[in-house]
Amino acid sequence: MRLIKTVVDWLGVRLPIDATIQETAGHQVPRDTASWFYVFGSAALVVFMLQIITGIMLAFIYVPSAGQAWNSLQVLNHNVTLGWFIRAMHGWGSDFMVAIVLIHMVQVFIFGAYKFPRELTWVVGILLLIVTLGMAFTGQVLRFDQDAYWGLGIGASIASRVPILGPPTVNLMLGGPIIAGATLSRFFALHVFIIPGLLISFVVVHLLMVLRLGINEWPMPGRVVRKATYIKDYHELTKRDGVPFVPGAVYKDLFFGAFIIIAIAACAIYFGPFGPSGAPDPTIIQTAPRPDYFFLWLYAVLSLLPPSMETPALLIGPVIVLAGLILLPFIFGEGEKSWRRRPIAVLTILLSAVALGTLTKLAQFAPWSPVMDAWSEIPVPSEFLQNRTALERQGALVFKLKQCHNCHSLDDQGGKRGPALDAVAVRLTPDQLIRQVIQGGGNMPAYGKNLSPAETTALVAFLETLHPAGQLPARDASRTLALDPQDGTAPASKP
Amino acid sequence: MTLPEGLSRRTLLVKLGIAFNTAIAAVLAVPIVRYLMSPVIHERKGGYDAWVSLGNLEQFPSGQTRFATYRNPVVNPWDGTTGDIACWVRNVDGKTFQVFAINCAHLGCPVRWFPQSSLFLCPCHGGAYYQDGSRASGPPERGLFEYGYKLESGRLFIKAEEMPTPGSACKSKNSDIVREIKPCA
Repeated sequence: MRLIKTVVDWLGVRLPIDATIQETAGHQVPRDTASWFYVFGSAALVVFMLQIITGIMLAFIYVPSAGQAWNSLQVLNHNVTLGWFIRAMHGWGSDFMVAIVLIHMVQVFIFGAYKFPRELTWVVGILLLIVTLGMAFTGQVLRFDQDAYWGLGIGASIASRVPILGPPTVNLMLGGPIIAGATLSRFFALHVFIIPGLLISFVVVHLLMVLRLGINEWPMPGRVVRKATYIKDYHELTKRDGVPFVPGAVYKDLFFGAFIIIAIAACAIYFGPFGPSGAPDPTIIQTAPRPDYFFLWLYAVLSLLPPSMETPALLIGPVIVLAGLILLPFIFGEGEKSWRRRPIAVLTILLSAVALGTLTKLAQFAPWSPVMDAWSEIPVPSEFLQNRTALERQGALVFKLKQCHNCHSLDDQGGKRGPALDAVAVRLTPDQLIRQVIQGGGNMPAYGKNLSPAETTALVAFLETLHPAGQLPARDASRTLALDPQDGTAPASKP
Repeated sequence: MTLPEGLSRRTLLVKLGIAFNTAIAAVLAVPIVRYLMSPVIHERKGGYDAWVSLGNLEQFPSGQTRFATYRNPVVNPWDGTTGDIACWVRNVDGKTFQVFAINCAHLGCPVRWFPQSSLFLCPCHGGAYYQDGSRASGPPERGLFEYGYKLESGRLFIKAEEMPTPGSACKSKNSDIVREIKPCA
């Protein structure tokens, strides 16, 4: 015992920070903030520390060279003891970190914590969100595989659309005329030095603000924030009904942080590391690049926007979103904090969540991408070929050979880029089918130059058979006047 | 000598010291910024475009579109396979050629040629182009990017430029967004 006291005293003289530690740990927080809703900020910090540790461990092996990076990841996955596990922890840690930062942001927004006097804490939080997403994107690039290579091309194509500054920005981003060694080296510098440096300094400022201003009290309907009285009210509240942060509130942070680490490790063990996918060889074009999970929504947006809207949306959209997020606490710095009195805030969150969730889900199926090998790999279902004439079967062959199947599905098989053709004969008359095939339109290429008259006749004959049993194919109403009234399929029987 | 209010010898020295450091920082910023901007200013003069051989003309039969690769004219020893660039060569009639960049004019994904339907299809967002590179459908705002080419002693040379992107590709005078496939002059 005496030895410990001697050591502590010796340290206390030479490292006089015990008062700071006591002040930090013992500061009073409102009792109801010792809640499971208040653990996400500290959990983000815990995951960040995990990312630092696993990242440094990966840097022991990883080679940031365009010619060797992919090979060094293979060595990490297969040759280094538990290299796969460290890679998996780092990859899953990154997904968890983005998720937790987003949840933390939603909680802060819903609880009105961005209001006076915590406006700058919110702004620094927005900066932290940006650098976290920056870490996620640059990290995806360091996994230097096909997805990373073409993902860089997508990033460059987006950046190039900025008026005037775009093309030089692309050269700066790539470090040269093409995606190559210089590109990977600068993304390594970004991912390992520049962005973590920013991240650490923002975290320090963010934490200092939280400590100095105090944690946001639990919002109560009717307890309105006024700049004139808030700070006094807050201090009275923490004095009247406060607990010291340690041990009053910290144990929930500790348990949740540990739980998150276990969850990341479980995902790492069960699902393993992310890739790498194919080698970053741009002459291998049999690839369909996909972004990582947290950028899937963007992938969907870029596919679904009309071409004329895309560049304005890409260049103006982020500016509006960012300006809105930064201005939020300065415009709504006072007033109600409780979500019970802030329906628009709640609706904003719900709307954003539904929109991002839907776009992410859509991007996992990517119905806008042609299925590049559907024409050669997926057969025409047999029910579409039974009891068909030779001409109609010839049409089915044309359907396959001209890659129609890459964009149009039959019986849910094939591309979803264009409409499914299972019942196309009900929608279009033979004349309309011919025109659509020859002239294209409505997002379909024109096949006029590329189909002989015989092929067109056969293809349309096949398409004419694609209607549900018991439902007649569409036909031009004016044609019926010329039809034999004794014909079994007289139009009078149709509604 | 009378000093202005609040200006002692020491505060003057502090201010001079700050000014001295600012001046040094400004001077040092020049080489640092020039170093950082080197991909834009320095290397731009040479190497961003050069004539590169795609091989003998026999590889590109008349009336067909064939896959070709070349080594980028500017490479570093550690670039590995990323220095190899692919493109599509269309031999129109034995004399006229079109050499298309592999990158989709939408967001740069690699387009694939389907000779049966004479279409280029992009696997990312579904852009489609006709055999002459003009836009057929999908999100691209324009046709495929084209490289300038020349025929010399039985070989096909292209003017290999930087990776084409929607913003960097040369602007045609005819600013029709749907069909803009003029090679850069």
